[in-house]
Order: sequence, then structure tokens, then C-alpha cells
Amino acid sequence: MRNSIRIGAVAAASALVLAACGSAPEDETTTTDSTSGTENTAAAESVDFKACMVSDSGGFDDKSFNQSAFEGLERAESELGVEIVTAESTSESDFGPNLEAQVAAGCDLIITVGFLLSQATVDSALENPDVHYAIIDDLADNDFDGTIDAPNIKPITFETDEAAFLAGYAAASATGSGTVGTFGGLEIPSVTIFMNGYAAGVEYYNENAGGDVQVLGLDSFSGGFEDQTQGQNITQGFLDQGADIVMPVAGPVGLGAASAIQSAGDAWLIGVDSDWTQTAPDYADIVFTSVLKNIANSVFDTIDETVNSGFSTDPYLGTLENEGVGVSDFADGTVSDEVLAELDTIREGIIAGDIEPSLAE
Amino acid sequence: MSEQVVTQPGGESPAPDEDRRDWAGTWRQITESSGLVVAMAIFAALVIAGLLVILVDPDVQEAAGYFFSRPGDTFAAAWEAVSSVYGAIFQGAVLNFDSSTFAGTIKPFTQTLTMATPLIFAGLGLGIGFRAGMFNIGAQGQLLIGATVGAYIGFAWHLPFPLHLALAVLGTAVGGALWGFIPGILKAKTGAHEVIVTIMLNYVALNLVAYLLTLEAFLPPGQTNPKSPIVDESAQYPLLLGSQFNLHWGFILALLCAWGVWWLMERSTLGFEFRAAGANARAARTAGMNVTKTTILVMVVAGALAGLAGSAPVLGTEKALTDQTAGSLGFDAITVALLGRSRPLGTVFAAILFGGLQAAGPTLQTVAGLRPDIVYVIQALVVLFIAAPPLVRTMFRLPVPAHEKEVAA
Repeated sequence: MRNSIRIGAVAAASALVLAACGSAPEDETTTTDSTSGTENTAAAESVDFKACMVSDSGGFDDKSFNQSAFEGLERAESELGVEIVTAESTSESDFGPNLEAQVAAGCDLIITVGFLLSQATVDSALENPDVHYAIIDDLADNDFDGTIDAPNIKPITFETDEAAFLAGYAAASATGSGTVGTFGGLEIPSVTIFMNGYAAGVEYYNENAGGDVQVLGLDSFSGGFEDQTQGQNITQGFLDQGADIVMPVAGPVGLGAASAIQSAGDAWLIGVDSDWTQTAPDYADIVFTSVLKNIANSVFDTIDETVNSGFSTDPYLGTLENEGVGVSDFADGTVSDEVLAELDTIREGIIAGDIEPSLAE
Repeated sequence: MSEQVVTQPGGESPAPDEDRRDWAGTWRQITESSGLVVAMAIFAALVIAGLLVILVDPDVQEAAGYFFSRPGDTFAAAWEAVSSVYGAIFQGAVLNFDSSTFAGTIKPFTQTLTMATPLIFAGLGLGIGFRAGMFNIGAQGQLLIGATVGAYIGFAWHLPFPLHLALAVLGTAVGGALWGFIPGILKAKTGAHEVIVTIMLNYVALNLVAYLLTLEAFLPPGQTNPKSPIVDESAQYPLLLGSQFNLHWGFILALLCAWGVWWLMERSTLGFEFRAAGANARAARTAGMNVTKTTILVMVVAGALAGLAGSAPVLGTEKALTDQTAGSLGFDAITVALLGRSRPLGTVFAAILFGGLQAAGPTLQTVAGLRPDIVYVIQALVVLFIAAPPLVRTMFRLPVPAHEKEVAA
């Protein structure tokens, strides 16, 4: 026993020694100056701008809106040459200190992700009138008087119901069973707006194309954005009731829905936020379409605008018109050319304001 | 009253003979105290966390690739990695010498105390439970219910300043006490184990709050985001050091509670009964104490303190209730109570240590560009070493305390 430990130790040590036998790099200061100079011109020209971001407690690897926002920030770093600083919040008590640390670090623009950060963002913005702020999925209106609470915050929100409407219409046209489903993570506006638009799209199909498609789950919520088993259970319930297209609006919980649909075999999934054929490639063959919410673009555009033409507090509203929201390509053979043409008309109608993309309250 | 009843392993050892006042005796006295073990555990945790930082640092890995041709690079990179982490922790939690103003310099430490406030409250409550033999895992739920009651009083009632704050603070204590009473009475009357019951009540509390935050009564008018209105200014803790700092009077209240808990446990009859029930419930019963009553009271007091911990976020820092108000405070507080050896003073220091580690998170990320997870690694390592005193004694060759030798013999 003791011997084998010794042998193991010798083996491990020699592995370390071998690994450490590489040669030291040459002193680079003189030799590589010219090459690195040419490389620099290829990369984005560096600008003196610090773009910063604070996540909510989901963290930047949440496969959901924190991650999308972070992707936008990274794109700004590589394409605009801005310096980026990020701070993940692990709990609500981190929001304020994270914002303070970013102000102290000299950030020019601080983007906060999610309505939970609303109050902390407003407080920080009022204390630091020279720093610019943007907040995603929130109007920064905590006294509910209909105006932004600080003069230096740009709200970034999305009319996702416009895109979900198109997905709902297409789903209603494609369902074989006459039943489709949806559920949310929590009953919050940024979630229910998807479900609402989806239901409105189905209803529009029923009225205008003479269908009789039923929507399940408009009051179903998984109670959070973590528990994939919940997503699987809810979806299984929908499938048992005959639904064959389900749209989970619950971040990673949707992966549970995807696994239920995959094992059922004859049903489809509608992805949300990003194109799930890309972000969830394991389930690419069951993705009917994805309702896109282009947070990454909005972040990039906001930074771009602030760097190149100055900060503006005009709210950013992602719509079908500016492609802040949209639907990805439909799965092959699910949607007829006829319906695709109708969808184009509907899209025009929504952009023109002729079609109301949400259910009347 | 027999001193034997209340002396527990890991507690203060009996005072040594007066004659043995030589150096060796003094040394033994220091090393036998759990305080030294705690300090060494923290030290060991910091060292091991430092090694982890070195192992994962990309610059170190690169330099280690040519270790034998230029070993200095590896050591320089390792030193760079470790010093940036601990430098950032110091800058984020103690003093920031980069700041040009005095206020900016001491701000990190005030932030540490702010972060420590809820941990002190909840740690005190858990400590009482631990010393009374109750392993209460329910601080999370008690804190959340306390925060809910306190926040509701704060935003739904409109009263003048000192009265409103007092009622809201009282509300947090009552809410927590209620949530502690349930496992207490279940344990006392039916023998239901408090670990199971308190864990389950954490879930009940979380889902209850999530439900309440869908009701109009708990939301600002016309809103559906699950976040309560901001509590009235008259119900908020005033800031202790002016508007530059987040430190609020909740910290002072926490210190007062620490003193109160010390008095309760060390000076009052009730506290003696708590400890006696924890040391040996059967003996306490034989001695004529009402252990049923004691069990319930311990949980009520522990719950009230955990509930007061909820006042720190809803009346102090965040000023509103969400379903994430409790964060991981209730669980961190278990660590704090263990680290503080369930004693009030120890709990205060342990809470400040953990508050500091958490306060350093933003600086770690924004200044040093590191993930804040290293803070959790350090916390977890501290717990690991605290939970295994013999390991720490072996590592640092500390002698085994006399009373534990007796137990072994």
C-alpha cells in the first residue's frame, strides 16, 4: 500500500517535472514589437471608455438574460474597443455595493440586468449624476409616476408580445391536435408578455383563419427559473392533455420542457430569448421556432450609441420593426408557404399598429 | 449549581490550578482555548484558498510551463495572483488606500459592518439554539417571515418616525418568533425533529412569500413585479455615519442584542435552563426544569433573533421585500454561529469576518477582475477546519485540551 503511494507520488512528481521543462519565452520587448503593431491595427481601435455591467443573482452564466446581456458587452469590447468591467451579484445585498464599486472603478456607462436592480440603479444614478446608466427589462420607475426616476438612466425594454404573437399564430396553424401550451417561470411582466402575445396570436388565428385552437397554461408558472424537473412535469401535463406545441418562458426550466417533448416524440418546442437550435443544440430537432429577444443587440447598440454619438436617455424599445424582437426560422415542413405569407402580412400589421399583439385585459 | 453540567466539549475548559502559573501553563491555556483553533482554522483556510488561486491562475500556469528554465517567473506570477486576491479583499473589506478622502478610505470597513449586521442577529439566534441542544436550520425561513412582517408594517402603515421604526423592528422579531415557535412546539409536544421541521419550514416560508408577492396588498399599485413597495422613511433604520455610508442603526441594535444574549445565557436563570437542557435534557428534567417549556422558548428566542436579521435588508439596506431578500443569510449564519462557538462575542467577530468577505466581492470583481466565488471557497474551508478541531490541532501541533483527554480516557 505504502509502496503504491510512493510510486504514485514519483509518477506525479515526474509528470510535473516534465511539464515544467518547457523553455522560457524570449524577452519579447524588442523582437515582437513590429508584429504586435500590425495585429493592433486589425483589432478594434481602443477607445477610452469603460462599459460596465452588474448581473442580478442569476449570474452571467444563467443561459438567459444575464448571459445575453453579457454577450452584448463582450461584443462591444471586441468591436468597439471599449474596456469592460463586470460584477456578478450573488444576492440582493450585492446590488448597491457592486454599483458603488463600478462607479469607483471609473465606469462611464453601467448596465444593470433585471428589474430587481431597479431601486439600486436609481439610487446610484441619483448619487452619481455624471455616470450613465441603462437597465434591462425595467423602466426605472420606482415611484410609479410614469417617468424615469433619475435623469441619467436609459431603460431597455422589449415588446416581446409582438414576436410571440407571430409564434402563436404559426403554432396555431401547425398544431395537429388543436391544442398548444405555454407556461412561465414567475408571474412577472417580462415573462407574461410572452405568454400574452402567444395567446393573442392563437386567438387571431382562430378568428381570422377559422381555427379552433386551444391554449393551455396561461396561468401556469414553474415558480422560478432553476428547477428543470418542474418544467418537465408541467410540459408532460400539457402533452397528456393533447398539446403538441409548448412554449416555456422560464429560462433554463425550458430545458426540462424540451426533454419531456423529446421523449414524447411527436411534439414541438418554442424557444424563447435566443435561438434554441443554437443555444440548446441537443434539442435542435424539436424546436418549432424561437421567440427572439435581442438583449445582446440592445446592449451593444446602447454602448455604441453612447461611445459614438453620446448618451441618450431615450428608452430603448425592442420591437419587430427595429428587430429587437423577432422569430427564428420555422422547423422544416411545419409551416406552409401560405401561412408564411400571412405571417408577413401580420408582421406588417403589427408594425403599422393595425393589429394589437396582446390580449385585451 | 454544578459547573459540570454546563461544560461542553469545545467550550471553555475549567480554569486550571492557580499554582500552575508558569509559562508552559499559560501556553497550554492559550492553546486549549478554542479561540486559537478558530484562528488557525481561518489561517489554514486562507493559505489553502491562496494555493487554489495560484493553481487556477493562467499566468502561473504559463510560467510553470518553463519552471526549470526560469523558476523565478512562476514564483512571481504566484505571488502576483495571491497578492491581488488578498489585496482586493483587504481593499474591499477593510481600508481602501486608493481613495483620496478619509471617508472613502474607511468606507470598506463600514460596508463590512453593514454586511455583518444580519449575520450577527441570525448567528446569535442559532447560537442559543446550538447551546440548548437544538440544531435549528430554519434561520432562513424565520428571517424571511420576519422580513415580511417588518416590511409590511413598514410600507402599509404610516406612522411618525421612532414609533413606526420600533413597530416594524418588533414586527420582524414577532414574525421570526412565530416561525420558530412552530418547530419548537412540534419538538416539545410530539418529538418531531427540529432539523427536518425547520428545513421544511424554510420552503414553506419561501413559497409563502412568493405567493404574498403576487397579491395586491404586497405590491405597489398597478405593478406585478414580485417586489414590495419601498418601506416608509419613518420605518427605515437611520444611517449611523451619514449619507456617505450604508451603515445603519441596525448594527447598533445587533450589538445590543449580542449583549442581551450574553446576559440571557450567562446571567439569567432562563439561560441556565437553556444550557442545562442542551447539556443533558434528562438531567435537567430530573432537576425539576420544565424542558418542554424551555424547548419552545429556545426556538421562539432563536426565531425572534433570526427575524430581526430580516430587518437589516428590509429596513436598512434594500428597503423592500422580494422573494430573494433572505439570500443565503440564514445558512451563512449557521457557519457564523459555529465559527463563533455559539458565544455572543465570538458570533459578532465571526459575522464581521464573513461580512468582510462578502463586502470584498465587488472589489474582487471590479478591481482585481476575479470571480467572487473565491469568497465562498474561503468560507467553506473555514467551516471545514472548524468542524474538525483535531485536524487543525494536528496540523499546527497544538496539544489536546485536558477535558477532551478525559473524555477519551
